[in-house]
Amino acid sequence: MYPWSAEPGKVREFALAVKAQPSAHEGAEAVIPPTFLTTARLVWEPREQDVMRELHFDMARVLHGEEEYTFFGPPPKVGETLDVETRVEKQFEKPGGRGGTMRFAVVVNEFRDAAGAVVAQQRTTVIETEGA
Amino acid sequence: MSTTEMTVPSVGQQAEPQSFGPITRTDIVRYAGASGDFNPLHHDDGVAQAAGFPSVFSIGMLQAGFLATFATNWLGTETMRRFQVRFREMVWPGDLCTCKGEVTAVEPDEKGHRVTVTLTCTRQTGDVVLKGEADFLLA
Repeated sequence: MYPWSAEPGKVREFALAVKAQPSAHEGAEAVIPPTFLTTARLVWEPREQDVMRELHFDMARVLHGEEEYTFFGPPPKVGETLDVETRVEKQFEKPGGRGGTMRFAVVVNEFRDAAGAVVAQQRTTVIETEGA
Repeated sequence: MSTTEMTVPSVGQQAEPQSFGPITRTDIVRYAGASGDFNPLHHDDGVAQAAGFPSVFSIGMLQAGFLATFATNWLGTETMRRFQVRFREMVWPGDLCTCKGEVTAVEPDEKGHRVTVTLTCTRQTGDVVLKGEADFLLA
């Protein structure tokens, strides 16, 4: 588990990058742009908590297949800090087009408030394409 | 935009399409910095070409971010309860991304109406680069 924060300046920078109205993500009641949750893994996650390493995928062959964000209420507010916990939800294989195997993994990040309630989930599907 | 100001749309209703781009390398680099995704395939032509690509290409989550911006401009941000995308095609510098959405379900919910929309992001070639879905809770 590690902390993730929706710092106002980083939220504004992100809103500008995804061409959202920055003013829509400012103020006491404002919420984050929904895909801002992606910064947890990319900016906040301690290396030793990176469950992707447990998959032993060849990163040169890994594609981002799917991404899903679920909010159990309004998305997190700008300025909020939440705890993040990561787990591998499932792993499966499918035959590839060249006689090899494609490996899939679904990795979930759960975002919890101070009371321990899950307020948001990020579900990422990664695919290791078949070898050459 | 607050929940109370948003009227509940009906099944089949479509949003006004919104285009983003043409995507520049600056757009990609700005998103790399904002999100923390520094995979060099997205900003270093030498690395991208060594990996067999003609040039750098966009970060999938950038166009996913555009699609989320489009969806929240339409039906609100604090009302959003789910946003899902599948990555189908790459986006290259110079591409124009156009986002479209259509309401596919409206279900009564104890707190209002749960509105489900399908979302697509296409390139100027017509290729669908992202297919997605989102749920909103509207009063």
